[in-house]
Amino acid sequence: MTTTQASRTEISVNGTRHAVVAAPETPLLYVLRNELGLNAAKFGCGLGRCGACTVLRDGAAIRACEVPVGEVSGAELITLEGLGSADELHPIQQAFLDEQAAQCGFCIPGMMMTTAALLAENPQPTTGEIREALRDTLCRCGAHVRILRAVERAARAAKEGS
Amino acid sequence: MRTPRTRRRLLAGLLLGFGVMAFVRRPRTLAREPGLVAMPPTQTPQDVQTRNVAADTVDTYLAIAADGQVTVRVGKVELGTGIATALAQIVAEELDAPLDRVTLVQGDTATTPDQGTTAGSKSLQVAGPLLRQAAAEARRILLDRASEKLGVPVDRLRVADGVVRSDARSVAYGELAGKPFDHPVTGDAPVKASADYRVVGQSIPRRDLLAKLTGGEAFVHDVRLEGMLHGRVVRPRVRTRDGIGASVVAVDDGALKDIAGVIAVVRNGDFVGVVAEREEQAVAAARALNVTWSALPELPAQADEHARLRAMPSETRVPVNAGDLEAAFATAAVTHAATFDQPWQAHASMGPSCAVADVRADGATIYASSQNVYALARSLASLLGLAPERVRVIYREGSGCYGHNGADDVSADAALLSRAVGRPVRVQWMREDEFAWEPKGPAMTSDIRAGLDAGGNIVAWDYRVWTPTHGTRPGGEPSRLLAAQLIDPPVAPAPYGQVGGDRNAPTIYTVPNNRVTVEWVSSPTLRQSSLRSLGGFHNTTANEIFMDELARLASADPVAFRLRHLGDPRAVDVLQRVAERAGWGGPLPERSDGLLIGRGVAFARYETAFAYVATVAEVAVDPASGAVRVERVVVAHDCGAIVNPDGLTNQIEGNVIQGISRALLEEVTWGRHEVTSLTWADYHILTFPDVPEIDVILIDRPGEPSWGAGEPAICPMAAAVSNAICDATGARLRAIPYTPERVLAAIRNG
Repeated sequence: MTTTQASRTEISVNGTRHAVVAAPETPLLYVLRNELGLNAAKFGCGLGRCGACTVLRDGAAIRACEVPVGEVSGAELITLEGLGSADELHPIQQAFLDEQAAQCGFCIPGMMMTTAALLAENPQPTTGEIREALRDTLCRCGAHVRILRAVERAARAAKEGS
Repeated sequence: MRTPRTRRRLLAGLLLGFGVMAFVRRPRTLAREPGLVAMPPTQTPQDVQTRNVAADTVDTYLAIAADGQVTVRVGKVELGTGIATALAQIVAEELDAPLDRVTLVQGDTATTPDQGTTAGSKSLQVAGPLLRQAAAEARRILLDRASEKLGVPVDRLRVADGVVRSDARSVAYGELAGKPFDHPVTGDAPVKASADYRVVGQSIPRRDLLAKLTGGEAFVHDVRLEGMLHGRVVRPRVRTRDGIGASVVAVDDGALKDIAGVIAVVRNGDFVGVVAEREEQAVAAARALNVTWSALPELPAQADEHARLRAMPSETRVPVNAGDLEAAFATAAVTHAATFDQPWQAHASMGPSCAVADVRADGATIYASSQNVYALARSLASLLGLAPERVRVIYREGSGCYGHNGADDVSADAALLSRAVGRPVRVQWMREDEFAWEPKGPAMTSDIRAGLDAGGNIVAWDYRVWTPTHGTRPGGEPSRLLAAQLIDPPVAPAPYGQVGGDRNAPTIYTVPNNRVTVEWVSSPTLRQSSLRSLGGFHNTTANEIFMDELARLASADPVAFRLRHLGDPRAVDVLQRVAERAGWGGPLPERSDGLLIGRGVAFARYETAFAYVATVAEVAVDPASGAVRVERVVVAHDCGAIVNPDGLTNQIEGNVIQGISRALLEEVTWGRHEVTSLTWADYHILTFPDVPEIDVILIDRPGEPSWGAGEPAICPMAAAVSNAICDATGARLRAIPYTPERVLAAIRNG
């Protein structure tokens, strides 16, 4: 990590422009969590290998732990908080809740954001396609079979809702 | 901004190596731009006085507010296993209170009873009956109060949803609860018959999931205190039990001059850390800090690890010695022996350990994901030189831990850094800190020798295992906290007990001449502690692969062979149920892809005293590459009376997947001086493409005790996979992990 001084940067998160003070090379994750108070994206490895920090950049899944904030000032960023809330769950969140698709839950926000990116591109994925899409999102508790069911449920819900 | 003068002072102080060295710079006012989302501060309790929590009164566990809200205080904590939901179900059931009015306060040294460590699949098993008794006692007291208030005898009152009714009148619990219960938990309050349960036994959705699925403040990682700073620690990449293996020679912070926001470099002996205003600044400062370590000692070669275990001095224990073993071997028709190896494996929690500490001159508050906040508080009080009642540890969930990971250690790191700078400090370990420094599941090795009579029955069984203790949790003395061993002077190490290496070492089968020998070794290569099921995973793996080998020698079906050595009807039941569901004995699906397919069975009774688990695995083995894929797993599980079937199924599925991962993929690696499996690229765990179909059979035993289910199902998993590989290929895998290289070698040697 280089060490330039913090400066004012604007980023668009969940539809709102935020002025944040951070060095441009600061990983986006720290800005989301510590400047904007968004808890969903988690620090897992800092190397983009586990997926716990996954958010959407212009609709595509990215690893917020390795993307510098200075690179995303022109992008539309969506975190899990932008999908839905406890009062108004997004269908993906509802599907994960319905399937009780978590144990500790630390990796689950990243799972849901990866799911959101997958379903946006491929609304009716096969089980094999879901498994491949989630290959690099790690879960240590072993909630995988529930997560797979939740993604299938979310895809069904989207189909029935459309 | 730093001045050259403070820079020189800082460096000079560091090089002199005074006991505690922290240079605190004036904190910059935290930048707050208009339009920023306000972060809700987590309250720091000003009064950290620990309440004296009696262990035997109703008020210890339960409080009912005027609005009917029931607060349950429990020392056991939610580790992501669903325990908070299950315990709330038990209280709601026995109290006849609505479940949605029952809230749980867990693991706060100031308010909850000390129920020891949340571990060993004992939360539901131990805390469940206690809470059931406390709730039954409370219900009896509330009925007495209602009887007095309504002027109606107790036997003409009934309760539903927290409201006591007679024929004509009613009164709500909230109206009866204006004063403390002031009554012991006698244990003789009548409890419900299981046939009357309405809440217990139901798949109630997990209560913690909504926050976790919506970005709520659900984890210790999300705790934010006013004025909180961020810290990181700087360590070499290896440490054994009895010392870091290297000392700090010099700390050069020259590169930190370019990093904004650095508040302090903290050094105390070999404990080195940095504190900064922002997290990314702390990360950058820790990376930029140039610490010169004395020459690292050489680690024993990894390839020799199991031979080393056998060569080490050991304390020998013989927990089982029945019959006349040598006479039985002398007359046995067939004898057979084999050796089984377990490598070092990591907890590999998804989130590196994290804690937030606010240490002041007269007291400390620490948010931690420790499995025992009480022992951690005592340990930290000793470390910080504070009276125990002035240290409050509040549990917040961490990433799933599956045992003793870095959660306690990082709490000490945060506490020392907070004390140094006089402000709250959040420390989250980096991924490589966790993989390098967390106490890991240790390597073990076993020899088994057995004799069969002419009828193919086991007449002699001799099991010998080499293991270090699996119990190094801080128990009140600080020496087991990493930081405590690094400070100057280091806290002298407290002796360890002999914990967990013998778990499931004794065979569960009926064998007339039977000996179990445990060689407790004391100097493991790396830092070790409790990993899910402790020695239960290795010992079951060894015992259950060996049972398969004996069945083949006896030309017996592996399920039938086990059944004829089992008398316990519950053991027989899980084996028969799993065999039936798995289609045991029937053909496996036809394959056209050239893969070899096979099926294997294994059985365990957890700690030879609790839950029964029988597992069948189906595998496909690529004979060209040696790659193994587990395609389907069937588990039959009997842990007594089931409280929450879906929560239980979730735990079993997790054990299956983690068990397969440990069987096929996982091994901590090290080089000459340091642990080398530091990222997910070096320490592999099972991923989605390789997750099998899992079929769980729950066997409910209403009226029986509810045993824990956090660990039992991992015990037979590796043996079921090994036995399935043998069924598919004829190759016998006896050393975890079952890598393609090992599978190929076993096939060639087979």
